[in-house]
Amino acid sequence: MVTFQENWLQVLQTTFMQHALLGGSMVALAAGLMGWFVVTRQNAFAAHALAHIGFPGATGAILVGAPVTLGLAVFCVGGGLLIGLFGKRVADREVATGTILAFATGLGVLFASLATANASSTTTVLFGNLLAISRDQLWVFGGFTVLVVGVLAVIARPLVFASVDPTVAEARGVPVRALGVAFVVLLALTITMAVQVVGTLLLFALVVTPAAAALRMTARPGLVAAIAVAIALGSVWFGLVLSAMVNLPPSFFVTTLAVLTWAVTLLLTWDRVPRETPAPVLDAPQLVPDRSR
Amino acid sequence: MPQNYTAALGEAVRARDLVMLGLTGGRFGLRRASATERARVDDALRRVGAQDYADRRMSELSGGQQQRVAIAQAIVDDAELLLLDEPLANLDLRNQHEVVTLLGELTRERRVTVMVVAHDLNPLLPVLTDAVYLLDGHPHHDPIDAVVTEDLLTHLYGTPVRVVRTAQGDLFTRGG
Repeated sequence: MVTFQENWLQVLQTTFMQHALLGGSMVALAAGLMGWFVVTRQNAFAAHALAHIGFPGATGAILVGAPVTLGLAVFCVGGGLLIGLFGKRVADREVATGTILAFATGLGVLFASLATANASSTTTVLFGNLLAISRDQLWVFGGFTVLVVGVLAVIARPLVFASVDPTVAEARGVPVRALGVAFVVLLALTITMAVQVVGTLLLFALVVTPAAAALRMTARPGLVAAIAVAIALGSVWFGLVLSAMVNLPPSFFVTTLAVLTWAVTLLLTWDRVPRETPAPVLDAPQLVPDRSR
Repeated sequence: MPQNYTAALGEAVRARDLVMLGLTGGRFGLRRASATERARVDDALRRVGAQDYADRRMSELSGGQQQRVAIAQAIVDDAELLLLDEPLANLDLRNQHEVVTLLGELTRERRVTVMVVAHDLNPLLPVLTDAVYLLDGHPHHDPIDAVVTEDLLTHLYGTPVRVVRTAQGDLFTRGG
C-alpha cells in the first residue's frame, strides 16, 4: 500500500538514508560525466550489457562468499574488455555484445540457483537497493569515483577527439585504441557502482538518460557534462526524498525522475531536432518493377 | 579529414569544438583553451568561410559546410600538408566548386600542400598541379598535364577515357 509517511524528515536523517544520499551522489557524479561519452561513442547498448554482465559477478560473489562489489567489478571490467576486443565496427560489436550479454545472464541464473540465493538478494542485484549501502561500500564507491573523475579529467580532451573523430584523431597521433580500453574500464567501474544503486535492469536511466537530455539542451561540452551531472544528482536526491515520503523503493523514483526530465527536454526541444529530410525525389519510386523494358 | 560525420557524433559537437580539437585534441590533462587558441580557431573558421555557423552543431550543417569545417580543423594548427580523402564526396555541384576554390586558395596563399584522393578528376582539374598514380603496381609522379592524356588515363582506368579541352581552355575527361 502507498501511504504517506509523516516522519519522512526523520527517515532522511537515518544512517541508511545518509549512506544512500552519499553513495547515490557519487554514482550520479561518475555516471553523469561518463554519459556524454557513452552517447557519443554509441556505447549505450554496451553500457546496458555491461550491467547485465555484472549480474553473474554479483550472484557468483554470493556463491563463493565474496563481496558483491568485487564480483561486479571483475565481471564488468572483464566483460568490457571482451566487448572491446570485438572490432571497431558497430555491427560486429552489437552482435558480440548481445551474445556475451545473453551468456552472462544465463551464468547469473546458474550462480543464483547454486548459491541458493533467496529471491530478495537476486532482486537486489537486478533492481538495486540504494538503502542497503554499507559504510564499507561507501569507501569503495569513494575510491571508484575519485578514480573515474580523476582519470577522466586527464584523458577527457583526447577521449573527446577519439570519440567524435576517430580517424582524424588517430592520424594526429592520439592513442585511440588505448583510450578506448581506458574508457571501457572507467565505464565498468561506474556501472559497478550504479548497479548497486538502480540495479542492472534500470541502469540506463543514470548512465545514458541524463547525458542524452543534456545533449538536447546544449552542445557545449562542458555545459553538457554539468547538466548531465545535475540531472543525475537531482534524480537521486529527489528520488530518495520521495521514497522516504511514501516508503517505496528509491530505484523507481530515481529512474522515473531521470526519464521525466529526458521526456520533458525532448518535448521542449522538439523543434530543434535535426530530422533527416529526404532528398527531393525526381522520379517517383517504383514499387512495381517496370516490365516494359 | 574524414569523408563524413555520422549523425550521432555530429549531434554532440559544434563546428567550433571540432576545429578546437584539431588544435588541442591530442593534449592530456585539464586546461581551458587559451585566448590565443580560441583566436586561431576563429581565424581558421574565417579562412574557410565558416564563421557564420561556427556555433551550430555539426549535424545541423550541410555536407559542404561540414567539409569546410573539416578543412578548418585540418589547417588550424598551420599544417603544411593536408591529406584529404575524397573531399568532394556527397557534395552537390555548387559545394564541390566552393571546396575546390578553397583548396586552390590554400595552396596559393598559404603555401599549403594539399594531397587529395579522388575518383573523379574533373571538378579538381582547375587546381591540380601534380598527380601521384599507381601504374601496373608502381607509384609514379608527374605534372598534371602529363597525366591527363587519353592514352595514360585509358590505361589507368582500364576503360576508354577521352580528354577534352573546351573553348575556354578548361580540361575535362570523360569515359567512353
